[in-house]
Amino acid sequence: MKNIKISVKDLNLFYGDKQALKNITLDIPEKRVTAFIGPSGCGKSTFLRVINRMNDLIDGVKVSGEILIDGINLYDSNIDVVNLRKRVGMVFQKSNLFPKTIYENIVYGPKINGIKDKKVLDGIVEKTLIQAALLDEVKDRMNEHAYSLSGGQQQRLCIARTLAVEPEIILMDEPASALDPISTGKIEELIQDLKKKYTIVIVTHNMQQAARVSDLTAFFYLGELIEFDGTAKIFTNPSIKQTEDYITGRFG
Amino acid sequence: MNELNTETRTKTEVEELPPFEMKAVSNFGKKISLATRVREKVIHYFFAVNGLMALVFITLIFIFLFKEGFRALEHIGLLDFIYFDRTDINDSVSRVFEWYPTSTEERYSLIPLIIGSLLTAIPATIISTIIGVAVGIYLAEIANPKAREFLKPAIELFAGIPTVVLGFLMLVVGATLLDDFLDPTNRLNAFLAALGLSFVIIPIIASLTEDSLHSIPDDLRMASYGLGATKWQTISRVILPAGFSGVSASIILGFGRAIGETMIVLMAAGNAANLTTDIFMSVRTMTATIAAEMGEVSHGSDHYFALFFIGIVLFTITFILNLAAEVIINKMRKKNTF
Amino acid sequence: MEITKKSNDITGTIFINIVRIVFFAMIFLLFLVLANIFIEGIGIISVEFIFDSPRNNMMEGGIGPAIFGTLAVTFIMVLFAVPLGVFAAIYLNEYARDTFLTRVIRTSVNNLAGVPSIVFGLFGLGFFILFIGKGIDEVLETGLLFGQPCLLWASSTLAVLVLPIVIVSTLEALNSVPKSHRDASYGLGATKWQTIKNVVLPQARPGILTGTILAISRGAGETAPVLFLGAAFFLPNLPVADLCIGDYCITMINPAEQFMYLAYHIFILATQSSNPTVTLPIQYGATLVLITLTFLLNITAIIFRYRFRKVIGKI
Repeated sequence: MKNIKISVKDLNLFYGDKQALKNITLDIPEKRVTAFIGPSGCGKSTFLRVINRMNDLIDGVKVSGEILIDGINLYDSNIDVVNLRKRVGMVFQKSNLFPKTIYENIVYGPKINGIKDKKVLDGIVEKTLIQAALLDEVKDRMNEHAYSLSGGQQQRLCIARTLAVEPEIILMDEPASALDPISTGKIEELIQDLKKKYTIVIVTHNMQQAARVSDLTAFFYLGELIEFDGTAKIFTNPSIKQTEDYITGRFG
Repeated sequence: MNELNTETRTKTEVEELPPFEMKAVSNFGKKISLATRVREKVIHYFFAVNGLMALVFITLIFIFLFKEGFRALEHIGLLDFIYFDRTDINDSVSRVFEWYPTSTEERYSLIPLIIGSLLTAIPATIISTIIGVAVGIYLAEIANPKAREFLKPAIELFAGIPTVVLGFLMLVVGATLLDDFLDPTNRLNAFLAALGLSFVIIPIIASLTEDSLHSIPDDLRMASYGLGATKWQTISRVILPAGFSGVSASIILGFGRAIGETMIVLMAAGNAANLTTDIFMSVRTMTATIAAEMGEVSHGSDHYFALFFIGIVLFTITFILNLAAEVIINKMRKKNTF
Repeated sequence: MEITKKSNDITGTIFINIVRIVFFAMIFLLFLVLANIFIEGIGIISVEFIFDSPRNNMMEGGIGPAIFGTLAVTFIMVLFAVPLGVFAAIYLNEYARDTFLTRVIRTSVNNLAGVPSIVFGLFGLGFFILFIGKGIDEVLETGLLFGQPCLLWASSTLAVLVLPIVIVSTLEALNSVPKSHRDASYGLGATKWQTIKNVVLPQARPGILTGTILAISRGAGETAPVLFLGAAFFLPNLPVADLCIGDYCITMINPAEQFMYLAYHIFILATQSSNPTVTLPIQYGATLVLITLTFLLNITAIIFRYRFRKVIGKI
């Protein structure tokens, strides 16, 4: 029985008048991979962004309910959002590397945290590139522009950049959807590796990917959490009919 | 029950159908009428001629400016535009840099005029860069979107003030204020003119900076915030570096505008062609010289051609600056920075 | 998980607030400038001021002829600049392929925009007056009619000056028409000109109007080019003439005459009037009129552009 890292209770989210998330309740265990699946517009990405409060950056968003990380309520008034995002990292669907060199992209995070010592920074760069399985490919190209890498490499660099701030939780919003099958495979391998140290929550519209990569799966539909269980169970013997219909492709 | 009825048409029934006649003529092979084609071509050429006009005019400006300006070199040597060796009563020769075309000893040194232009344009650009970039940052990154919609036009309204009005205000209000606060060497001076110029250049730099920063995709901001950066860290470490080319180009264009401005310097800078580095002294810029003296020269005199020559110098300077700004903007588009 | 410690970004907050203060200081300054002009100038504004001629060596009377001159000059300037600029932009955006020539043309537009206004004055003198004007005089044997500073050449020079404004605004307007609309038109079998005339131009019209308004505003405010192209401090008559066909006469703008010009008037009053204390209210009054004119034009253009952009979905 693993510890619960993220605990959500009756979470509701509104974009203005429109309700995007309805009474979400679930517990995400630590050091596992949890996948959110569901058709477009079901709220899975929105919910992901609640966990690192990226929704705050959008006008008119209102959140009610409880979401705790390690027992601390994220929406408590003495929570510092900036610090929160150092503990909860995010990898986006499209790689959003800065127009700087590979090296500079990775050390951006540590530098804004005040780390200036070059030796320390170099160490961080090496460590994260190893974790992201990218070191061999870029070790001679550190001072090249980040955009000179291929799509798959860029996405892995994004992961390295996220790891450099030493988060405990990594959120991934469809990280491989823009990539070719080989790159996707590499990212999925990476995820299996990372889960030994980090709690991973991944949003994906690719059910087979969810089945390959995750330990637990949550199925969302129209802003509600329909079913949440072990991946094996969800994909072989789901309890709720809607889940089964989605899995088998009756709608989507 | 819903199976296709393939058995219905027997061979004989097919033979009994009337022969298939081409009743309608296909339009695909038909060509557009000659009249239409000719009309379209004529219209195309009409627009093309118009399209060339900007090129034509800038070439004409170039030609006529240089035509009249180089005639100055018939009587005034190129070096005369830089210095004049004056012989004293005692027969000692001193080299002076003076612009004094109306004296008996005509002196045509452009140096005091160029210094005058720089003495007004450089302080103006420095002040305007600091304020203009700040304004641009505020509009692009800090103001909330609804406020931005009417704050940006407010700054553009600044740019719509006629320069003669700014010169007038500097003359009437600014000079007195400057006198009270800073006790300048001359009441009308380069610094006063620089302040007036700033009113014109701040909107230019602010507007272009804002455009440049605004065009940076949100992805980068999301990445920065996602890594736990604050707003200012994002602005200073991600947004400004990414928008650097656009901001640089705007500063270059601002400087070019400052050099080319006429009315403000004509009214506020004092109009004495002093060779000095004291920004609180009266100076004469290249633009003010042309404006002030062109009305009083006789056509075809040396002085007249000399003024056109100054025009050449001005045109060349601003042309180079504009080209530089354009090159920077094009390079940045290619390099995928913003 | 340590997320309750407040992050220590004092420098950041300071900088952001400095930027805020600078911005609002600028807005305040703008307000002060406008207020100063308004307060000092409003006292002298009256119907007589707007319509009367100046009297008594500029120390009394009004600025009527200067306003008329400004309107006349900008009117002719628009006649020259707008069709030329719009058609040029249509060529650049709809017909031209991306060749070296078109890139040179675009560079020329940008450079034209950066030429100092006094250089335009020199150009007007050297090209329009001394070349074209003299040429016309020689061909038509009109003596020294067109070969001297007058309304026609001032308008022409200002037209060249504002040409880039019209071109750039029109380009923006044309660009805002989505490619899909053009495709739809071609797909229905229309020719290029039919598409431009019936689909693109109607949609681009507000943007083109914005460009025209901005050009007018710029032309009315420019002083340097007209300094030696025909602006005069005092003229006994308006630059009009009667055009008579038989017994039927209409009064028209006479392009071969000199003219009074509001911006020029302010300049001369401010720098060369014989009694600055007495004329100061008139200076402020004239400035107020000029500013009101340009501001109204600019604000109209801005509102237009805002609503135009909203309609096409940019906002």
